[in-house]
Amino acid sequence: MASINLLIGVCVAYAVLLFIIAFAAERGAAQGRRAWLGSPVVYTLSLSIYCTAWTFYGAVGYAARSGMEFVTIYLGPSLVMIGWWWVLRKLVRIGRAQRATSVADLISSRYGKSNALAILVTVMAVIGVTPYIALQLQSVTTSLAIFADPSEATDGGMNQTQAAFWIAFGLAIFTVLFGTRNLNTNERHDGVVMAIAVEAVVKLFALVAVGVFVVWGIAGGPTQMMAQIDASSIGAWSLDGSRWLALTALSGAAFLCLPRMFQVLVVENDDERHLQVAAWAFPLYLMLMSLFVVPIAVVGLDLLPAGSNPDFFVLSVPLSQGQDGLAMLSFLGGFSSATSMVIVATLALSTMVSNHVVMPIYLSVKDTGGASVSGDVRNVVILSRRVSILVIIALGYLYYRMSGGSGALAAIGLISFVGVAQFLPAMLGGIFWRASTRVGAACGLFVGFVVWSFTSLLPSFGEGAVLSQSVFDSGVFGINLLRPLALFGIEGIDSTVHAFIWSLSLNILAFVVGSLVSFPTPLERLQGAQFVNVFAHTGHAKGWSATAAASEDLMIMAQRILGPDEAQALFRAQALSQGSDGYLPDPTPEFLEHLERELAGSVGAATAHAMVGQLVGGATVSVQDLMAVADESAQLLEYSTQLEAKSAELTRTAGQLRDANNMLTQLSVQKDAFLSQISHELRTPMTSIRSFSEILRDAEGLTEPEQTKYASIIHQESIRLTRLLDDLLDLSVLENGQVSLNVSSGPLNDVIEHAVLTAQAGFNAALPVIRRYPDRAVPMSTDLDRLSQVFINLITNAQKYCQSDAPELTIEVAQDETFALIMFRDNGVPIPATTRALIFEKFARINDQDGSGAGLGLAICREIMTRLGGDVTYVPASLGNCFLVRVPLNVPMPET
Amino acid sequence: MSKRVLLVEDEPNIIEAVSFLLSRDGWHVDTHSDGGTAVAKVQELEPDLVVLDHMLPGKSGMDILTELRGDAAYKDLPILMLTARGQMRDRALAEEAGVSRFMTKPFSNTEVLNAVRDLTRA
Amino acid sequence: MASKPKPPIFLERRSYRKRRLMDAVRLLPVVGALLWMVPLIWPVVGEGDVPPQQLSNAAVYVFGVWVLLIVLSAFLWRAIKAPDAGVSSDEGQG
Repeated sequence: MASINLLIGVCVAYAVLLFIIAFAAERGAAQGRRAWLGSPVVYTLSLSIYCTAWTFYGAVGYAARSGMEFVTIYLGPSLVMIGWWWVLRKLVRIGRAQRATSVADLISSRYGKSNALAILVTVMAVIGVTPYIALQLQSVTTSLAIFADPSEATDGGMNQTQAAFWIAFGLAIFTVLFGTRNLNTNERHDGVVMAIAVEAVVKLFALVAVGVFVVWGIAGGPTQMMAQIDASSIGAWSLDGSRWLALTALSGAAFLCLPRMFQVLVVENDDERHLQVAAWAFPLYLMLMSLFVVPIAVVGLDLLPAGSNPDFFVLSVPLSQGQDGLAMLSFLGGFSSATSMVIVATLALSTMVSNHVVMPIYLSVKDTGGASVSGDVRNVVILSRRVSILVIIALGYLYYRMSGGSGALAAIGLISFVGVAQFLPAMLGGIFWRASTRVGAACGLFVGFVVWSFTSLLPSFGEGAVLSQSVFDSGVFGINLLRPLALFGIEGIDSTVHAFIWSLSLNILAFVVGSLVSFPTPLERLQGAQFVNVFAHTGHAKGWSATAAASEDLMIMAQRILGPDEAQALFRAQALSQGSDGYLPDPTPEFLEHLERELAGSVGAATAHAMVGQLVGGATVSVQDLMAVADESAQLLEYSTQLEAKSAELTRTAGQLRDANNMLTQLSVQKDAFLSQISHELRTPMTSIRSFSEILRDAEGLTEPEQTKYASIIHQESIRLTRLLDDLLDLSVLENGQVSLNVSSGPLNDVIEHAVLTAQAGFNAALPVIRRYPDRAVPMSTDLDRLSQVFINLITNAQKYCQSDAPELTIEVAQDETFALIMFRDNGVPIPATTRALIFEKFARINDQDGSGAGLGLAICREIMTRLGGDVTYVPASLGNCFLVRVPLNVPMPET
Repeated sequence: MSKRVLLVEDEPNIIEAVSFLLSRDGWHVDTHSDGGTAVAKVQELEPDLVVLDHMLPGKSGMDILTELRGDAAYKDLPILMLTARGQMRDRALAEEAGVSRFMTKPFSNTEVLNAVRDLTRA
Repeated sequence: MASKPKPPIFLERRSYRKRRLMDAVRLLPVVGALLWMVPLIWPVVGEGDVPPQQLSNAAVYVFGVWVLLIVLSAFLWRAIKAPDAGVSSDEGQG
């Protein structure tokens, strides 16, 4: 009995150590030192609560009975972890985004935050897991007993019931202390996680130590071990294929659905990226945990007397070899497995019980008593959590007492697995199938639960215990189809496989049918969309490509609001200013503030703040809503942009109309002015003609010279009239573009000479002309007659208006590649600057004293030059007037 | 003594014609062809009649008319206006400005003489 | 040139490589499941004349698959986590 006391002392010391570790971890976390605590290693190790005392002790027993089949319990979780991308990634994201505190919370949240569903899941979880807790208590007490007296493998001399009570009590204290120390919104328990991580190391180390001892210490090396394995009673391969397949699937399903696994996988997850590490590290852990199971089993079968409980070979083999230290280590490993499982499972269950059963009841009762105070509620929550923990552990203890340690450990484990696997359809359906509904989930859960109870849980108590013998033999109410181990008359299936297949199939069937025939509430649909499309809506607070992903979400949102180009430009600019070469800036506070301001311009400050906050904050409830708001805003913006565009178009059209109107008015004014001018120009010579012809007709006594003079005035004025009419017609033709160019070729000099001669013809005192021609002749190909007309006009103007003592005209010719440049410069009085702008207008007389010109000459020149593809301009000069004619060497072909 | 008429006109041939007509009718004809100094010429010569062209270099006939009518001394001075523009609006404007007679070019010699006689008889 | 270590501009290729690595991550559990279901077709005790599979061989096979999956999974994790390393080694062939 001294060794028992020693064991108890070791247990207590170990428990104290765990207390210290957990306490230190909590302190560290509170002070923000989470670097090591939040590492993927700790996360991976915390997952090891999957390996309970059942695994630690039971796997060897399992192997001793069925060979390699035990490994299926690890293969499922390994596959789930390696396939993290498919389910776990989404589950973790949803769990974080929705702040799910438990499986029940997740399922209820998905299906419209239905508390009825949460209660159903909670009840199922408690029923499914309580035997498992009892199992841990049993394994610890049994191991104590074996340690005390290896020969008494089943019922030790010590008071096992009492021991179990104290163990349960100790675990409850630990769980209460560290599980409910603080009421964190995200339900994380740093102390507990650190403690179970340490325990994970202890149990792995213990099992590997025993394995190494067995292989090298007893068998004498791997080769001999192999031979011994093949030679043993389990050495030949005997596989129940259905069990191999079903148990792998079942363990995978249970891995996802077990409340304690959800707790460590999702709730305690600190960083989504840890999943990727755990994806290979956890299978590694499981592999190591199972590596020595077969050798231990074989050696145990070989060494220990027949009838020894193979479930405790891990303990009894070292003991039988007198390795008390190793046995102690092994015991601690089993103790660790049991305690860590109980603590986390209790924690997870108590959260569910407290949140979904106790608190709703309390609040509904309290509601009638008056308004609740928030601080009050907080205390109530902690109290209810603590009471729940005590109740669950008490239930486990009671179950242990009632069952009296019946059945093999593994059997209870599998029953429990099938029970929790019933959550799987509702869970996976919830995160992958938008159309799944609350009714469907409830139907599936309920049907699965009933079938599981009937085919697995109740028969496990033994024939005649709960279900009578007649039910086993001939079904419920004598209906043969309803036999618990041969449902629908199908016999010969392994009982676990039978229960698993039937419960899950009917569960899925009920779930799908229920979902298809029912109609979801708006909240369900909203939540459904958020769950299924979680990656589209949530930012990664610490995602697996954390910062970039948050920026990506921000980018998507910004694009919806600002438009792709502007958003991309904004992000690019910010990324550059942060010194990054990419397109996604880090979501620094500065950048977020900037982005928020930009968005506020489009959707308003409050909305922008909410949107950015939601995306960056990680945990979201209504990103979907905000996205809807964003879409609406974008649509509104687009609509108003369209309106704006239309209004701009109207303004433009109105402007065009106004311009057209102005032009018409101007044209009308110009026409009036033109008519007025024409009238004046025509009437003035007519007046002279009429007046003098009347004088010649009526006046008597006119002298001969008078008659001649008056007749010549009439003649002169008639010529003036004719010229005016010619000019008008010419201009009209030119302006209407009806003129056809008569293109011919010739040297430019000849054209100028001809023009000079023609212009000087009518004048007595010919204006002296100074010619400056280039050495080589300038060949022209254009309408030479029209060009000549321009020159004549310019020379005539100079002749007429050049006011100088010694008037002279300089004609200068230059040439570039395409143009000939002809300058006509006189030495007269320069045209006043104010009238220069008008000289090319019709009826603009430069300095008309004799009134012989109609003021159309330069207007005609300009028109002709336009036709010839050149121009004529007035060049301001300090002395005299200078006209520059630019004419293409080859006339361009008209467009048509 | 013969009455004085001031002819403000810039077309040499029309000056010639009108001068011929009026001098044959017993008028002493002064001619002036610049609009800008026309009013000063009127003040200098104090004519009994002004024959005013509408379009003049320097200052338009209409402006000269308005200026003369603005001076109380020339409120009743007979002014005969000749215009080659011949638009209705010009006639209305001239009459409003207080022209004594408005005639469009080309005119018949008789008309001009009759108008001058009419204006100076009163 | 060498004074300014500029990141290579093969973002397209890098992201492409990363996507393919993610494909591998997705495929890995399927491969694992198939390999682990191979024991279903092994001969067992009392079935025909073929001698049953030895347990040691079976164990070696199961644990071999396990190690393979762990190594592959860890490799993929490293490759995705550090894209430069993962890509540059593939670059020559890519």
